Amino acid sequence: MSSSLASLLSDSAARFPARVAVVDPSAGESLTYAELQERASEIASALRELGIGPGDRVGLCTPKSVAAVAAIFGILETGAAYVPVDAAAPAERNRFIFSDCGVAALLAADAGADEGEPRQVAGLHLFDRRGRAAGDGAMAETTQAPDGLAYILYTSGSTGNPKGVMLTHANALSFVDWCSEAFSPDEHDRFSSHAPFHFDLSILDLYVPIKHGARIVLIGEALGKNARLLAPVIADEKISVWYSTPTVLRLLAEFGELESLDLGALRLILFAGEVFPVKHLRALKALLPTPRYWNLYGPTETNVCTAFEIPQEIPADRDSPFPIGPPCSNVETMLLDGELLVRGGPVTSGYWNLPKRTEEAFYRDSGGVRWYRTGDIVKDIGAGVLDYVGRRDRMVKRRGFRVELGEIEAGLYRHPQVVEAAAVAVPDPESGVSIYAFLCCEGGDKAPKTVQMKIFSAKNLLSYMVPDRFVFLEAMPKTSTAKIDYQKLSSLATASQ
Amino acid sequence: MTEEEIKPIVKKYLLEEFLQGADEDELDDSTPLMSGGILDSISTTRLVAFLEEKFGVAFEAHEMGVDFLDSIGSIAELVAEKQAA
Repeated sequence: MSSSLASLLSDSAARFPARVAVVDPSAGESLTYAELQERASEIASALRELGIGPGDRVGLCTPKSVAAVAAIFGILETGAAYVPVDAAAPAERNRFIFSDCGVAALLAADAGADEGEPRQVAGLHLFDRRGRAAGDGAMAETTQAPDGLAYILYTSGSTGNPKGVMLTHANALSFVDWCSEAFSPDEHDRFSSHAPFHFDLSILDLYVPIKHGARIVLIGEALGKNARLLAPVIADEKISVWYSTPTVLRLLAEFGELESLDLGALRLILFAGEVFPVKHLRALKALLPTPRYWNLYGPTETNVCTAFEIPQEIPADRDSPFPIGPPCSNVETMLLDGELLVRGGPVTSGYWNLPKRTEEAFYRDSGGVRWYRTGDIVKDIGAGVLDYVGRRDRMVKRRGFRVELGEIEAGLYRHPQVVEAAAVAVPDPESGVSIYAFLCCEGGDKAPKTVQMKIFSAKNLLSYMVPDRFVFLEAMPKTSTAKIDYQKLSSLATASQ
Repeated sequence: MTEEEIKPIVKKYLLEEFLQGADEDELDDSTPLMSGGILDSISTTRLVAFLEEKFGVAFEAHEMGVDFLDSIGSIAELVAEKQAA
């Protein structure tokens, strides 16, 4: 059993030096395990020369590339933690993150990513930030980094600044080892790496293949958003394990012309990050019947903590989303007023430099044991299998009834012409709360409109769930991680009141 | 007022109060309001209050249902009848 993420690479480099570790089809680049290890060590030496080691943080600001993968393993090799950011995000946000956690150095693809003169290392620019880190770090010192911190992933806070979720080597390895058990990967597998490195889905994409001597196939940001170009890459690269959000899979089914491609290598399709509407999952399975499909669930704070394998045959009358599954073997779960609480190997110890937020995020049981509060409401449907009901903060009271916005969306998806549906609730001075349904529909002139959707909703939803307003959009606003941008929709709804 | 005069007033009210964002042509004289779910019990009550005030008529309890209020056409018919009485 490995004790650090860096040793996953060194172990595989010793066993499979000549196998390809990572390939970037867009750039036409690839590295064998021996080469990746060498590049990582080169970066590690450069960082050590700056005095960086265990207890330090190093920022990473690059698009997907083989150099970025080498940088991640190089940072880990020094014992420091990496802090990946979206290279396309506003500079101000990234500056906040680097200053918040006091990164001692920054590895970037862009020579202008930071002040000062960078040094060239293994195809990236290395900025020394130690002087500033000390200044920035004045606040950061209040956080006691957990032993063996491996990376900090910043997620958007519900208000204001992003918050840094601290994950240790032990957290990540607990998850990686669970994946080994659940998916039996081997050195012949080829894993997609679709998620950006600042998104938690990337943890599976990076470390599971490296542990097993398999291949990482990097999907860059531009390619990842273009289903028509992406689908042939899955075929050409003979990807065997695909992992992404359902949105990406839906686009592949819709625009990827999958029927014309040989996707015979694909044995596993994993999805996470949002609910997969059954109509879209069914359409995908009709095009790709062979692979096994898994719905993985878990906030960044817990890694994946429940998993459900989709049955080979989806019953024709099923229109509610599949369960998120029983808890993974490496966690314990409990329900508190319907909310899912998780503890165990893969669960974070808390947020960087936010002791109060950390305290609020955990529940302490009578024995003093800490449980992470996911904020997700679930229902035990028997034998420990959990149905996802919705976000605690997406529950609204309407006319005294508890309304789950996700349930409204599931009802709207039953309309054959509804392609995407999102419900948001905004305060309403008269009725307390107003429910807006944002819809993307197909059918051009024949697409449903307000009256038709109102009548449809009344037939398919409980009366207190029928949306007050229907807003028809050409395209749903999405976050940088390709999920529906509810914050944007809420402000659209508020603006239209 | 005639039924034809009443209809557009009722339609305007329904569009503004309960069907914001809808186009005028989505709603016709026979669109099922109550049986279609556009009006629920609360919105029906509001509609009746509006009709009583706007047209100076009074509704009986038994009239506040699907038999009389299910479409713009039947609403206009009932209101015109009441005004004439």
